Amino acid sequence: MPVLDRLASGAQSLAAAAAGGVSEGDLAAARAQMGFSLAWHIVVACLGVGLPALTLIAEWYGIRTGDPAHRLLARRWARGMGVLFAVGAVSGTILSFEMGLLWPGLMGTYGQVIGLPFALEGIAFFIEAIFLGIYLYAWDRMTPKRHLLTGLPIVVAGVASAFFVVCANAWMNQPRGFTLRDGRVVDVDPWAAMLNPASPPQTVHMILAAFMVASFLTAAVYAVAMLRGRRDTYHKAGFFIPFTVGAVVTPFQIVVGDWAARFLAEYQPAKLAAMEGVFTTGSHVPLTLGGIARDDALRYGLEIPNGLSLLIGYDPGTVVQGLDKVPRSQWPAVTAVHWAFDVMVAIGLFLLLMAAWLLLWWWRGRRGNRELLDQRGSRPFLWLAAIAGPASVIALESGWCVTELGRQPWIVWGIMSVREAVNPAPGLMTGLWLVLIVYAAMTVATVYVLRRLATHAAVPLAPQEEDVERYPVV
Amino acid sequence: MLADTALAVMWVGLTCYAVFGGADFGAGVWDLLAGGTRRGRPQRQLVEHSIGPVWEANHVWLIFVIVLLWSAFSPVFAAVMSTLYLPLTLAALGIIARGAAFAFRKASTELWQQRLFGACFALSSLITPFFLGTVAGGVASGRVPPKLAGGDVLTSWLNPTSVLGGVLAVLTCAHLAAVYLCADAAREGRAPLAAAFARRGIVSGLACGAVACAGIAVLHADAPALFHGLTHRGLPLVVLSAVAGLGGLVLLHRRRYVLARPAAALAVAAVLWAWGAAQYPAMLVGGTTVDQAASDAAVLSACLIVLAVGAALLAPSLWLLYATFQRRTPATPPDARPQRPGSP
Repeated sequence: MPVLDRLASGAQSLAAAAAGGVSEGDLAAARAQMGFSLAWHIVVACLGVGLPALTLIAEWYGIRTGDPAHRLLARRWARGMGVLFAVGAVSGTILSFEMGLLWPGLMGTYGQVIGLPFALEGIAFFIEAIFLGIYLYAWDRMTPKRHLLTGLPIVVAGVASAFFVVCANAWMNQPRGFTLRDGRVVDVDPWAAMLNPASPPQTVHMILAAFMVASFLTAAVYAVAMLRGRRDTYHKAGFFIPFTVGAVVTPFQIVVGDWAARFLAEYQPAKLAAMEGVFTTGSHVPLTLGGIARDDALRYGLEIPNGLSLLIGYDPGTVVQGLDKVPRSQWPAVTAVHWAFDVMVAIGLFLLLMAAWLLLWWWRGRRGNRELLDQRGSRPFLWLAAIAGPASVIALESGWCVTELGRQPWIVWGIMSVREAVNPAPGLMTGLWLVLIVYAAMTVATVYVLRRLATHAAVPLAPQEEDVERYPVV
Repeated sequence: MLADTALAVMWVGLTCYAVFGGADFGAGVWDLLAGGTRRGRPQRQLVEHSIGPVWEANHVWLIFVIVLLWSAFSPVFAAVMSTLYLPLTLAALGIIARGAAFAFRKASTELWQQRLFGACFALSSLITPFFLGTVAGGVASGRVPPKLAGGDVLTSWLNPTSVLGGVLAVLTCAHLAAVYLCADAAREGRAPLAAAFARRGIVSGLACGAVACAGIAVLHADAPALFHGLTHRGLPLVVLSAVAGLGGLVLLHRRRYVLARPAAALAVAAVLWAWGAAQYPAMLVGGTTVDQAASDAAVLSACLIVLAVGAALLAPSLWLLYATFQRRTPATPPDARPQRPGSP
């Protein structure tokens, strides 16, 4: 078992690092700071990937039909996009700083191995930033069709950045493309490192998640407006364009999520064991929902007999590896990872139900669900759709917790622990506090500014040509 | 050879960041010094129009440099980041505050919000280049040993060379911004504003020169290796910088604003390359050389190929960006926008 060999060799380095001098508090501070700034960035980044596509759809529809409501919608989304892109760009820059500030041990040794995807990501981000500048600021300086075209590179580059940066994260789960000789990294194959086995499931899962979050979150805003009685073309378009995109993506995401979990069963069984709370290797493993890990078992959960074995191998006799195969010092925090996973899956299934509900309406309405939605019966749907927005963000964060917490105590799975990677300089706790304060202020300001953008210029009931023209994108 | 190429490409990125991104910081400095709400309004408007469309793209040069440093020279990146984590954390926070507050200010409508975000934007535009300058000073004066957090947490960046670097960085950014803004103001047909920025450009340029002259003594005492390099191998570039800087001032004085731009940029670029030439082949003075720090050849060539392909995509895109916004009068303020969408 190469997996077990790898873990065994890793255990030695873990023990060696434990003897080193980094204090428990500083390590926790570094992890908290990285985790916090990533968790913050990931939401904005998802909006940065998904929102341009939604805006382009609205703009395209507006150009095709000449409908002022759609064109106004595109302009208003673009304005929000400008703010979100700016905070996304700076919060992403901080992450590249933190890679070195907090984890110089990782970067000093393996920086060269994962450099390539970051270089590619840099190029993609560059293109994104350039065309965003053109798209936002040159709105009234070119023909509508040409303007629409300048938006396309933003979408493509946004998806590409997500792909590259998640490839680097996938490498931390499946480190490939190098040889360790006497503690030195040699024979680096950067392409093999980037395109490691974890890259396909992780990148697809993340990109779809970005579109889901952007879609459901945007739709939720308009669901609330519709619940408050705004059922004009503008608000309906603001709800249905993103919600439809989200509904289309969701079923694919469920399939991809299943693929990602099955991938873990083969390549990273310790993570799957923590996700599902499996302590003992065996067949006929039940699927446990919820529960608390205590005394080497998951207790108080709801068990579905043979469930996990069936899910992984379509056969109750499928053997699932448990945490007993891994030294105890290398266990991730089981309860946290398991709950994060369950929450993500539960929300994913909820979103799937919402997608099915929309499909049902579309099918029953034939001429489109808009007429049907005007009826009273749509209120529960809109309520749930309003919840779906924040819920998709919770699913996103939970999924991210699963992959990051599930990899612990490793920063490079089986090879380097977070303790070996952390900056040995004193005072990391102070940095954490500073970052928390700045991010708290930035969160308040971002939410406030976005709210002001939405409210300070009221949307007319039936937007006219001059309402579109008068609305400034920047 | 491969390592030298990677280093050169990284230095080009650093130069672009200084010349383009630096000017965005400098614009923030002028925003800070623009005076009260009413008096500073034309200047702030010009700053906003000029850097609005481009600052995000200019900012990416920093990411480019960081990523290339860690890909091509991982141990140097680790040593610099771990030793100088205090000024770098402060610079990072300044970057957040600058970018976010700039976007927020643009999106706000009420005066108190614009004041708050504007102050945040302007102050962080001042502190960010200062801390980045102290980092450069720490590296250039050999205060970063080649291991993790090997240098002193404080004196690695609180030392004469670092302070010189920080002050020079702020002044240089301000100078570049003033020079660039002259041409923008002139193109908008705002001659008094252009003249005002020309004055600021000349004053900041002279200040840069004075600080640089004082810096000779500082470096002689504090960073002898760097001093030796600058007065020997780097000397032609130092002279070039001084000549270009002075030439730029003369052009400003004669109101040749468009020509003053490349002159000012050249002066800044020449200083950076003089530093590089003075220090080469050491990446960490007294420790690691370029070849010792360089990554595996496969990594270097992959990164360089990718960057070459990327450059082929980026060059036309950047041209489109700058051409779109430099070609004709920048957009009038939103409240007075006359065009119909789609009309040229």
